[in-house]
Amino acid sequence: MSTTEIERQWTTRLRHRAAGKLPPEKLLPDTQPSYVSSWIYVFGVATLSSLILVIATGCLLALRGPSWWHGSYIGHFVNSLHLWSVEVFFFAMVVHLWGKFFMGAWRGGRTATWMTGVVTFLASLLTAFTGYVSQSNFDSQWISTQAKDGINATGGGAYFNVLNMGQMLMWHIVLLPLVAIILTTLHVILVRVKGVVPPYDDNAAATVTTEGATK
Amino acid sequence: MSTKKFRPDVDAPEYKGGYSPYDIIKEGTIAIVVVGILVVLLAVVFGSPDEPAVTLKRWSNAAPIDFATTALSELNGTSISASYGAPYNHNGPGQKLGPLGLARWVGVRIPINSADDFVIDPLQSLPNDPALKTGLSQWTHASSSTRSSWVANYTKAAGHMTFTNGNVVVPATHAGPVPLMINDLTHMARTGALDTALLSGNGFYTTDYTKPLLFIADGSYLGTLAQKQHMLGNQWGMMNETGSYPGQPWLWLYTFWYQVPPMNSSSNGDIEVFAIMIVLTLVLFFLPLIPGLRAIPRKVKLYRVIWREHYQSV
Repeated sequence: MSTTEIERQWTTRLRHRAAGKLPPEKLLPDTQPSYVSSWIYVFGVATLSSLILVIATGCLLALRGPSWWHGSYIGHFVNSLHLWSVEVFFFAMVVHLWGKFFMGAWRGGRTATWMTGVVTFLASLLTAFTGYVSQSNFDSQWISTQAKDGINATGGGAYFNVLNMGQMLMWHIVLLPLVAIILTTLHVILVRVKGVVPPYDDNAAATVTTEGATK
Repeated sequence: MSTKKFRPDVDAPEYKGGYSPYDIIKEGTIAIVVVGILVVLLAVVFGSPDEPAVTLKRWSNAAPIDFATTALSELNGTSISASYGAPYNHNGPGQKLGPLGLARWVGVRIPINSADDFVIDPLQSLPNDPALKTGLSQWTHASSSTRSSWVANYTKAAGHMTFTNGNVVVPATHAGPVPLMINDLTHMARTGALDTALLSGNGFYTTDYTKPLLFIADGSYLGTLAQKQHMLGNQWGMMNETGSYPGQPWLWLYTFWYQVPPMNSSSNGDIEVFAIMIVLTLVLFFLPLIPGLRAIPRKVKLYRVIWREHYQSV
């Protein structure tokens, strides 16, 4: 096999492209611009950390099945861990979102980073909602019977039946977490590729290339 | 390479300042440990709610009149489920957004016949009750107009319904087998047999609670309990959960629209709220591309607080 042939391989091309866009020093940086010293950055890291805890506690709940936590002290405690990691996750994510808004974090070619963040937020909302309606207790009964009217009004209730606990549980523990994890990964990769948005320059009068980089 | 004017809400200035050491792995590890400790503390101190689910057995024992009245509404077609429309049946117009009836376009995908699914079919599953068997046979073989007449006569007298010595008593005349059916269904529910009958419609295994949930939600017992738990629609509804737990506060904006006119009294309130939220979500998604909105952070200047160390240094 010639060198040219190897260079044309899909695998080789993908590796070159990935290494070009996200070299190891960008993926795992050991320095950051000095402006990355605000407390606001803590909330992005806290969002990721609590997401890891949400997934870990959800996996623990899955070990013994959906009814376990209703009749077991340990199961109930694991459920409490799951609930509070979700609450911390959303708190951190909402502060992160508002922080990024007031930082104009889409500037400098970071529109896709913003958009993946918004979609991740929406996927997280839906994941949490399906969790609430698949708890198999009074909360899930009331929330699902109220929510059905909103979803039915859009026509979506015909396919996304919030009263079907099995369907909601599958969405909650398989489909939506998969979407949320993929989107989060994509969002973090974009943050690493594009870097953290620089502060506004009130006196900026520079010209800029069509690629979005300042001169 | 072409050049153009710097757009402060689109372009980012080139950073020419210094760099600081940054240990991303160490920071991530510390964050997980700190958040983990916080979550454990919150779980230990506050726990989590787990109010038991309402069963048809519990409902019919706690409020037999409400149960029997609801069963009658399933039979006479006045319950929420019976007159819902798509996706359950064709008995209601469904909500509309202007001329758009989205649910109706999708059609009936989860067919529910309230009279058959919640009353007749469960009663037919009861064994060893000759009187009921005769009554159900009478019902099955009667014409539609005769059935309607029986149900109408029973409904007229249902305002005087009492629950006496374990029986539903209604001073109705010319109501055919309806008094027997409502009374037997109430007995069935009070033993717990109706919970099983509504679930086993799909076979031995099931995880679909559509039928019992629709039936329970048609009564007022569930709503009474929800009101005590501050979970009604006008109490910011489903973003709350039982007890004093935070629930889903991230749904506040969605729930907010249900509290204000015209959505709080509109028969199309759900689809109107959905439409508003879809528009707002699209605005949030496309915000970097919307002139004016994307300039807000630059004009508000909160970034000077966020990056105050940076601005102090320059």
